[in-house]
Amino acid sequence: MSEGIVTASYIGATILFILALGGLSSPETARRGNLYGIIGMALAVLATIAGVTANLEIIFVGLLVGGSIGLVLAKRVQMTQMPELVAILHSLVGLAAVLVGFANFMDPARLEHYTGVELTIHDIETYLGILIGAVTLSGSVIAFGKLSAKITGKAMLLPARHWLNLGLLIGSIYLCHLFVEQSAAGGGIMPLYIMTGIALLFGIHMVMAIGGADMPVVISMLNSYSGWAAAATGFMLNNDLLIVTGALVGSSGAILSYIMCRAMNRKFLSVIAGGFGTTSGSGSSTAEEGEQGEVISLEAPEVASLLAEAKEIMIIPGYGMAVAQAQHIVCEITKALRAKKVNVRFGIHPVAGRMPGHMNVLLAEAKVPYDIVFEMDEINDDFPDVDVSVVIGANDIVNPSALTDPDSPIAGMPVLECWKAKTTIVLKRSMATGYAGVQNPLFFKENTRMLFGDAKSSLDVVFKNL
Amino acid sequence: MKIGIPKEVHVGEKRVATTPDVAKQLIKLGFEVAIEAGAGSAAHYSDASYVEAGVTVVKNSHDIWTESDIILKVRAPELNKGEIDLLHEKQILITFLWPAQNPDLLQKLAEKKVTALAMDSIPRISRAQKMDALSSMANIAGYRAIVEAAQHFGRFFTGQITAAGKIPPAKVMVIGAGVAGLSAIGAAKSMGAIVRAFDTRPEVKEQVESMDAEFLELDFEEEGSGTGGYAKVMSKEFIEAEMALFAEQAKEVDIIITTALIPGKPAPELIKEEMVASMKDGSVIVDLAAEQGGNCKLSQANEVVQAYGVSIIGYTDLPSRLAGQSSQLYGTNLRHLLTDMCPNKDGIVVVDFEDEVVRGATVVKDGEITWPPPAPKLSAAPVKPAEPETPPVEPKKETPSWVGPALTFGIGALALLGLGAVAPASFMAHFTVFVLACFVGYMVIWNVTAALHTPLMSVTNAISSIIVLGAILQISSEETAIMWVAGFAVLITSINIAGGFAVTRRMLEMFRK
Repeated sequence: MSEGIVTASYIGATILFILALGGLSSPETARRGNLYGIIGMALAVLATIAGVTANLEIIFVGLLVGGSIGLVLAKRVQMTQMPELVAILHSLVGLAAVLVGFANFMDPARLEHYTGVELTIHDIETYLGILIGAVTLSGSVIAFGKLSAKITGKAMLLPARHWLNLGLLIGSIYLCHLFVEQSAAGGGIMPLYIMTGIALLFGIHMVMAIGGADMPVVISMLNSYSGWAAAATGFMLNNDLLIVTGALVGSSGAILSYIMCRAMNRKFLSVIAGGFGTTSGSGSSTAEEGEQGEVISLEAPEVASLLAEAKEIMIIPGYGMAVAQAQHIVCEITKALRAKKVNVRFGIHPVAGRMPGHMNVLLAEAKVPYDIVFEMDEINDDFPDVDVSVVIGANDIVNPSALTDPDSPIAGMPVLECWKAKTTIVLKRSMATGYAGVQNPLFFKENTRMLFGDAKSSLDVVFKNL
Repeated sequence: MKIGIPKEVHVGEKRVATTPDVAKQLIKLGFEVAIEAGAGSAAHYSDASYVEAGVTVVKNSHDIWTESDIILKVRAPELNKGEIDLLHEKQILITFLWPAQNPDLLQKLAEKKVTALAMDSIPRISRAQKMDALSSMANIAGYRAIVEAAQHFGRFFTGQITAAGKIPPAKVMVIGAGVAGLSAIGAAKSMGAIVRAFDTRPEVKEQVESMDAEFLELDFEEEGSGTGGYAKVMSKEFIEAEMALFAEQAKEVDIIITTALIPGKPAPELIKEEMVASMKDGSVIVDLAAEQGGNCKLSQANEVVQAYGVSIIGYTDLPSRLAGQSSQLYGTNLRHLLTDMCPNKDGIVVVDFEDEVVRGATVVKDGEITWPPPAPKLSAAPVKPAEPETPPVEPKKETPSWVGPALTFGIGALALLGLGAVAPASFMAHFTVFVLACFVGYMVIWNVTAALHTPLMSVTNAISSIIVLGAILQISSEETAIMWVAGFAVLITSINIAGGFAVTRRMLEMFRK
């Protein structure tokens, strides 16, 4: 197949990928967008395979086996486990980038193609591709471990961790220099191995230092890295399709990280530097213990009658709903109430859950219609008209001290102002503080009622009484 | 201790101070309960049902009065019917007493050396809501007021369009949106009427609107909230503006319910004779303040007056007209008070003056008049909204300085120039594509709705596996090591491609309207 046709297919694939991302602007067009993505990928893969001269069978075996594994994974995964799945898939992209980088370096034809500055640039591209790939790989594996609770969700903080990171960075720059020098002379595999080791360590260390509730940022950041790894590989291979796709994915992940950081009113760097809520949080929570008020707890049947009498209900789901797998019963309750002409809506905080859009997916899985699910900015002003707001397994995202207490570790973070509703019902397992380690004055407000227990079993009882 | 419930002797009073349900609970508290035969019959609680609940039924009224330690009643003991003479020293009497209106009675009780608690003097604080008999009776009165109005009103409440023509909905105006007023609003609303309400206290506007009624407002600034959830006397100008509003409304509405009361004073006169005259023929006024002189000039206590074609209802026994329900609620109020006064649940009542509620309700203690009580520390609605609004903390914003962006641009430009100076043309071509793609990505991603962020991540994850192309290009290598590494890379990226697209599809299928 001629070069021209391959390039044309790549252009087609590029356009289809952009359309795929553009389609996600609304749920109606998103399904078509996904289809465009599939077509684009098929087009690109077929056009490339057409140029393959030998070992075709390995490609087909790889595609078939890998594809089947992927399909089975996608079928089996629980919607609550989406963050884990996305994390582990990211690690595969990272691994592929590392492999492709090494394979490219090992190709002896390399020295024939490039000389002088071109060789230097090519080497740096290879080096960067492997570096980013390795960070993505180990970071994603650790993120997967944290999300599936195989590794503790708490932030692991080494002493002098910022210096450690800086040391690793300087080390990799020095190794890059070494590598470029040795590569021109025909060697260079040693610095590359050492750098890969350092990058893997860095990835592990970086994600270990970040706590559970910052996971939305971490996941989107790793998403971004996997894109940059692809883009670097594209430079290395002189392949524009890889560059474009990598850049698209990279900027997508970067924007998501930015949105998540803004939703927590935190700087990207401070999230990545890790260690949130361990020092400042504990200090202020002990200070506040003195002024806690009385908590009014309710039983499920009382909650049911409160809900039945309300006209406007706002449900605020959090990670606790995902943990308890309570989304289906939430949907049943919503249906029952809507049948009684109660206006039930959902308010979603951008960082609710463990990945961007986590709650939306869970609610969609439970068949909650998406036109009653709203973003924080859309509904935050409506709370004064709400009769009952129901907080399910959320804590920091509904903490009024973010707005009232300038010393709070979460001060300035936008929160859902559920306490402005006539009554707030909070479903919670215990009185433990949220991830930020801050006591939540919401629980002690006069119009707040607590329903203690596992969200799913509590809501089952509520539903029966409805 | 022994609780005795005599039959009410007031003419037309059908309520009874304890129902079988409540009696059961009182017995659980350790009390012995005795009732005069037939005390509950007017409220449809038979003697048999009391016996079933464990209550002793006593034939003789005299025995109840003399043998009980605690007497529960609805109406205050009547001076001229001998009830008061039956009381003896150390007895505790709990009932409605209206100490401000009945100084003679208070004196008499003191002479008898009894302890008397007035249900109408329970302080209106949050904790005492469950004992607030005024509220529970007012609730019933408000509801019944609408029922009485409906009976005297010759039309539908609800509007209808029928084959035989149109029925306009009735218009109801409620003056005074206290417990009774709100209850009347609710009842009228649920019958389909158009309801308007007026109150001098602006804070009840929200409550009125929460019942779907219209809140009539004066174009006049004056705060009408007194202490204890009541209104206070308003200035002359205010009253004139108010009168003008009522005069205007009277011409329009079909039914007026008045519930305006100011504690310890005669009811304010709100509906003048000429307003009644201006009302449509067949209209109805229910004056819930008739007992205290009436809000309407023409109303007479316990009578239905016909004037200018308008029926003016001045019944003062509205709760008694729903005797079963009101006895149950009143009895429960009494039970809550007794639970409070009997901390050990052993049937022994303690009159503890440290308890704000008991202190407020006690008007005579061991023959000593203790009314009026010191002012309650907290009223149900705070006297003035005392909580200062904490100003919301502004998210910290750094003043945008021009140094930052300028520096970024400068360094960026220099870096680009430097790159351009050394890099070969082929690299710059790819770099152009890269930078443009970043911008396209930036524009496209901002349009993605927040609800689809998870599908966005899985689909970008799938397409970032485009890295498979790199592996495919390398697989034809003659070096076996490269071939296997590339082959493995193809395998893992295919997992990603298939998995990413499939799971995105699965998620998107779930999003539905």
